[in-house]
Amino acid sequence: MTIALERPVQNDAPLVEVRALKHVYGKGNGAGLTVLEDVNLTLRPNEIVGLLGRSGSGKSTLLRSIAGLITPTSGTIKVSDMPGDDTAHGVSMVFQSFALFPWLTVQKNVELGLEAQGVPPEIRRKRTLAAIDLIGLDGFENAYPKELSGGMRQRVGLARALVVQPSILLMDEPFSALDVLTAETLRTDLLDLWSEGRMPIRSILIVTHNIEEAVLMCDRILVFSSNPGRVIAEIKVELPQPRNRLDPAFRALVDDIYARMTARTTGPATRDGNFPGTGLGMALTHVSTNTLAGMIEAIASSPNDGAADLATLARELQMEADELLPIAETLQLMRFAEIEGRTIRLNPAARRYDAADVDERKQLFAQHLLAYVPLAAHIRRVLDDRASHQAPATRFRDELEDFMSEPYAEETMDAIVSWGRYAEIFAYHEDDDRFSLDDPA
Amino acid sequence: MVFLSSDRLNPSLLARFARREFAPNRYDLIALVLVGAAAVLVVHGATQMNLPVATLRTTPVVLDPVRLPEYALRSTLRMFAAIVISLLFTFGVATLAAKSRRAGMVIVPMLDILQSIPILTFLAFTTAFFIGLFPGSELGAECAAIFGIFTSQAWNMAFSFYQSLRTLPPDLEEVSTQFRLSAWQRFTKLELPFATPALVWNTMMSMSGSWFFVVAAEALTVGHRTVALPGIGSWLALAIDRGDVRAVVWAVVAMGIVILIYDQILFRPIVAWADKFRFEMTASEEEPYSWFLVLLQRTRLFSRIARPLRALAGAVPRLPRLGSLGVTSANPALELWLDRLWVGVVSAVAVWATVTIIAYVHRTLTLGDVMSAFGYGLLTFARVLVLIVVASLVWVPIGVWIGMRPAWAQRIQPVAQFLAAFPVNILFPFVVMGIVAWRLNPDIWLSPLIVLGTQWYILFNVVAGASVLPNDLREVAGIFRLGTWQKWRDLIIPGVFPYYVTGALTASGGSWNASIVAEFVTWKHTQLQAAGLGSFIASAMAAGDFPRIALGSSVICVFVLLMNHSLWRPMYRYAAKNLRLN
Repeated sequence: MTIALERPVQNDAPLVEVRALKHVYGKGNGAGLTVLEDVNLTLRPNEIVGLLGRSGSGKSTLLRSIAGLITPTSGTIKVSDMPGDDTAHGVSMVFQSFALFPWLTVQKNVELGLEAQGVPPEIRRKRTLAAIDLIGLDGFENAYPKELSGGMRQRVGLARALVVQPSILLMDEPFSALDVLTAETLRTDLLDLWSEGRMPIRSILIVTHNIEEAVLMCDRILVFSSNPGRVIAEIKVELPQPRNRLDPAFRALVDDIYARMTARTTGPATRDGNFPGTGLGMALTHVSTNTLAGMIEAIASSPNDGAADLATLARELQMEADELLPIAETLQLMRFAEIEGRTIRLNPAARRYDAADVDERKQLFAQHLLAYVPLAAHIRRVLDDRASHQAPATRFRDELEDFMSEPYAEETMDAIVSWGRYAEIFAYHEDDDRFSLDDPA
Repeated sequence: MVFLSSDRLNPSLLARFARREFAPNRYDLIALVLVGAAAVLVVHGATQMNLPVATLRTTPVVLDPVRLPEYALRSTLRMFAAIVISLLFTFGVATLAAKSRRAGMVIVPMLDILQSIPILTFLAFTTAFFIGLFPGSELGAECAAIFGIFTSQAWNMAFSFYQSLRTLPPDLEEVSTQFRLSAWQRFTKLELPFATPALVWNTMMSMSGSWFFVVAAEALTVGHRTVALPGIGSWLALAIDRGDVRAVVWAVVAMGIVILIYDQILFRPIVAWADKFRFEMTASEEEPYSWFLVLLQRTRLFSRIARPLRALAGAVPRLPRLGSLGVTSANPALELWLDRLWVGVVSAVAVWATVTIIAYVHRTLTLGDVMSAFGYGLLTFARVLVLIVVASLVWVPIGVWIGMRPAWAQRIQPVAQFLAAFPVNILFPFVVMGIVAWRLNPDIWLSPLIVLGTQWYILFNVVAGASVLPNDLREVAGIFRLGTWQKWRDLIIPGVFPYYVTGALTASGGSWNASIVAEFVTWKHTQLQAAGLGSFIASAMAAGDFPRIALGSSVICVFVLLMNHSLWRPMYRYAAKNLRLN
């Protein structure tokens, strides 16, 4: 039953052309948060392109701009091969959250786009059943989404996107809400459909933060930096499909991408480089102290004895790159570790931390926190100077917002509160939002 | 207020409620003034007409039990007519408020004001107008009654719908936009289904609440005008007038049966059906059940009726998207200026309205009148506050006890909801008889009537809260053998508090409304009054003194708003921030 779902006639003109795209969230007067800057992208027929980056790199924003859901601040997006200028017919999207209507059956969910196009009911039904059949949902036509497993739900999302016969399929982290096994099955099924040419689409643009997934699926990968999002590398994947994760060439490519993703953030200079004078402008990532301790222990006990390959470490700990990297960077920031290329190496302080008991660990952490995180030292100094040994948190939050936008200031405050509490260098009181020196002990 | 469905009051909903852009602001004030001016104009117009209402032909009510089913039916039909109008109002006004920011700026505070105005005031002010619309016909009186019932139902429904529209799941909105759903498709596929559970719950609450006013709306005396429409309300009024105890009992029985029937035949099926619109991806553990819905779904008739309706909905012409009404405009500077212009226009109208009101009120009322109205307001305020506290002290422990025992909770919950629907003003005559017989002080003994009908909101909300206390926390309390006080302080009170606030807020709003009926009670020729704002308005109504009705109602309005903004909403915010159970 592949009737209405054949791939259209081929031609090699680019399907999507994005030029000098910039997107700023929030205030129009320039104080907003720049999520995308100077992004260029060309999507050609018959390729799967991956957008890879950490959270906050604006990949989803780019995808939504191409889908016509967001109007970018500046730059152009040309989506060709459309009937008229109607974007909706040429582009379809699969969502991370599946975005199914819980009150509609599988069949009605899939029909949604066709109904919006005003396709007559009989044809609608035929095409819907064909799409459901294609995607392996036979027998579930009358089920409601809540009766389905996550994998089945995403199949519905896929069928819904395909049934309108788009030439471009946009996928926003389509497998990241699924468990490992389910994601793998769905990925394989999708690649099979793609390579057998059974889907009507001519190109796929997929957003992911999973490096292996990108290497597994894509013909081309664009690596994004974060804050603001820029394309920092374009990598062609020329391994033959189906690809094997254990293939040394595959591994080498994954490791290479790891290195590229860490490269830009090596050395604290890039973190507070814009405001070297005060150091207060350092944006912190809220990483739990338990996680930091766990990471130190993991690296200390690794076969390399105090040094580890980031990609290998991620595999061992079953973490995604965008989970692992902030932890590694925080360790580097506090001089507990150094990152060189794709290797992370513990400093002597971290070795001592690994061997210490709870109280010694806290003392060591406090020393490093005060020495290398200017905000922590600043808060402590203010509290020491005041007779009351108290200060409202808003004061520091305002100071931070001179250097960074509100969301970053928020996250930085969260980080400093949690680290300061662990190190017992100051106390924070949620109720009235103030710092103090009083020791609960 | 919006009634948050008590059996699935989730913290995020609560947080949204607390966060709602509702902090009292200048728009509240503007809205208050606008509503007041509208009232002045209506009364002014109606007195100009000066109609001989005495000539109105109404079929006299006969106290014959054989006629009672017919009367009950007519009362019920009035309520359903009002609920249909309320739904239309909801879809229109709430949609406008949600889609157009400028309309929302005025509509939202306006609804807030309108729902704090006593319903009987609406009746007093609009009856003359509606009767004037259809001179000499019963239709005018019918319209007045239906409008009165409508005013007791519409506001919270509109609020609930507005809130749902403002909190649509973003990913589904994106899908709708991406597939270019038409306005109608968006409404039927996304907005209406998403809003349905909350709307159904609020419609039920409205229906329950409005029984109280059916009784008042059917037999209304404003000054020399008496309107009596055939129905349970008029039957009751006549029975009270004649002191016919048996007739009152008949009315109570009839009312109970009617409520039971529509609950089983209408609301339970709708609630069970609306369950599928809950925005949750997990199947609920306990799905609402209705024998009648099962019956309907098993018959072929149901699907026969449903099919053409569905086809009809599909055939609706593809309306354009309402994007043009939204906030997205290419030019922010222009937007800003349009905003300023809009605020300017609204403010100008408000100033004009203020002048109109002052001119009108000044003709008949002095500052002394205003002061005394506020004085009476304080008395009623004290009454409401004390009684809510008393009712809480009684019902919170009982509610917690019941809620912690699921078997009991399941049985008690519908009973409490039934009691909340029951129009307690039917029982007032018995209280009057009691007070007269034992020579009690009406200032004190009429007071409990204020919460007689509204206390149940506290009960069933607390039951709902206690029944969802996390089992692991209860087990912790058990393992560490927490003492009674510690268990209440650390587990029960924080856990139940958000639900309690919902219940108490509803109860307090209802109590203010009920005070007009409860502070001024008659039985045959005995008339009992308790000093307070309620009796102030009630006696103004009996005298047809419109300026005083307006004054009293405005004062009630001010008190209710103050109480909501300074007491209940802060409590909500506190609960949403600090007492979330996840």
